[in-house]
Amino acid sequence: MDEPMMLDANAVAGDLAEMFGFEMTAVVHRCAHCGNVGQMGTLLAWTQGPGITLRCCICRDVVVRMVMTPSRTLIDVSGAAYMEIRRT
Amino acid sequence: MPEPLAWQISTVTAIRTETAEVSSFTLELPTWRPHRAGQHYDVRLTAADGYQAQRSYSIASPPSRAGEVDLTIEKIADGEVSPYFHDTVVVGDRVEVRGPIGGYFVWEPAFGGPLLLIAGGSGVVPLMAMLRERTSAEARPPAVLLHSSRTFDDVIYRDELAALAAADAGLRVIQTLTRSQPPGWTGYDRRIDRAMLTEAIAAAGPSPLVYICGPTLLVEAAANGLVELGVPPSQVRTERFGPTS
Amino acid sequence: MSDRFVSRGFVGRAREAGDKAGRVPPGQYLTDGFPVLSAGPTPQVPLDSWEFTITGLVRAPARWSWQEFTALPSRDWLVDISCVTKWTKLDTRWHGVSLDDLLGAVEVEPRARFVTAHSYGGYTTNLPLTDLLNNQAFVAWQYDGAPLDPAHGGPARLVVPHLYLWKSAKWVRGLQLREEDEPGFWESLGYHNRGDPWREERYSGD
Repeated sequence: MDEPMMLDANAVAGDLAEMFGFEMTAVVHRCAHCGNVGQMGTLLAWTQGPGITLRCCICRDVVVRMVMTPSRTLIDVSGAAYMEIRRT
Repeated sequence: MPEPLAWQISTVTAIRTETAEVSSFTLELPTWRPHRAGQHYDVRLTAADGYQAQRSYSIASPPSRAGEVDLTIEKIADGEVSPYFHDTVVVGDRVEVRGPIGGYFVWEPAFGGPLLLIAGGSGVVPLMAMLRERTSAEARPPAVLLHSSRTFDDVIYRDELAALAAADAGLRVIQTLTRSQPPGWTGYDRRIDRAMLTEAIAAAGPSPLVYICGPTLLVEAAANGLVELGVPPSQVRTERFGPTS
Repeated sequence: MSDRFVSRGFVGRAREAGDKAGRVPPGQYLTDGFPVLSAGPTPQVPLDSWEFTITGLVRAPARWSWQEFTALPSRDWLVDISCVTKWTKLDTRWHGVSLDDLLGAVEVEPRARFVTAHSYGGYTTNLPLTDLLNNQAFVAWQYDGAPLDPAHGGPARLVVPHLYLWKSAKWVRGLQLREEDEPGFWESLGYHNRGDPWREERYSGD
């Protein structure tokens, strides 16, 4: 399937880090739709639009949506059933 | 946990021509932080009227060079940021950047190998950072770079790659030129396909860590091809650059 | 803004700010191209299974197959379009059927005040019903004299040129008439429920 505009979450790693305060692409998540567990870096990114959409690389459903207005950032992570970060 | 990233103003201290369309820019950073091979910096340009354009560029230099990074940038004809670098930026100019960024598409010697690196065009940049890092490591895993370029003159880091491969029996570079080949060319002459992937897998050895970087369609084809050939998807990391330049 | 860093010599893409005889909304610049913006993979919809429906607060919900839909009375449209990402394109040519004709076929109930457009691939957007009436909106299957490219929303997309382009749902599959406004894909994450470029209604609270 031709999807030349599709990127990896890596492409928005900077914006995600700005939102969460730390690097997110190595964070493990579980897709709320299909249950796939993987690093956020595996998410497929659509960055050309009113906002950023990150989709599960297995089921293609939406895991994260992010909008950056001039004054605020809104993020919807309801497509991630959980996220796991190593502290040590 | 590390502090959040902040934008900072870097200074261009050197510009080096790699190919006709590709140059490397050395940026001196007031707040330099050691990076990992595969990471990138975000670059943001601001016009006088406030208009902004932002892009990400992979770091080419190894983390051993403190205080500065090299970004290797290909000029995209109808691009917005890359033409600025190629046509306007001179040594001494200041560029707003943020980084280093990336926790997923990274390799460090502690990860081991063997390494199977697949690059399309300027996708070779983060993989070159990995190879440069590998060269200075104590334990050097076997590595294969499958490198796709349009023509002989378009091969980024061509001489350095040849020198690295000549000096290191554990590094194999497989080149393919998709548009035209010089007389006497002994490499491949077509887009990455199953035959090339098969050779690359065989050269790398069992259970390689795979990193693929380049235009989205090339990355898709290579990643799918490797999985079809039995490489576990969990061992394949990709960085898609978007549409082909 | 006075202490914002400026990149020496950077101008960016050729962009004309403002007016063009008052046709460019505030904060927008003109483009000659037609940027492709998406929130997901381009849906692949075979025409023999494509359908368009109008449901919700209507007396007689309707469904059209591709054959039926493209046989409806249709016309050319020449309109300006504005994307919330700040580009505006003038004089775009489309061919399709007016929303007046589509809604006329289903007899909208008086309670209906809002519409949610649904697309193949899952995208949704909401807008006031009044913004779809009186020749203000259409569903197009041709752009610039040729079948609408999937990248730009083909087989068919909603086009509401007087609102920001995220309201012009690509790959549209149906409209749902409602009494209450239900924020769609981007409206539920900070974008404006109506989206009038002339009032710069980009974000909720604008």
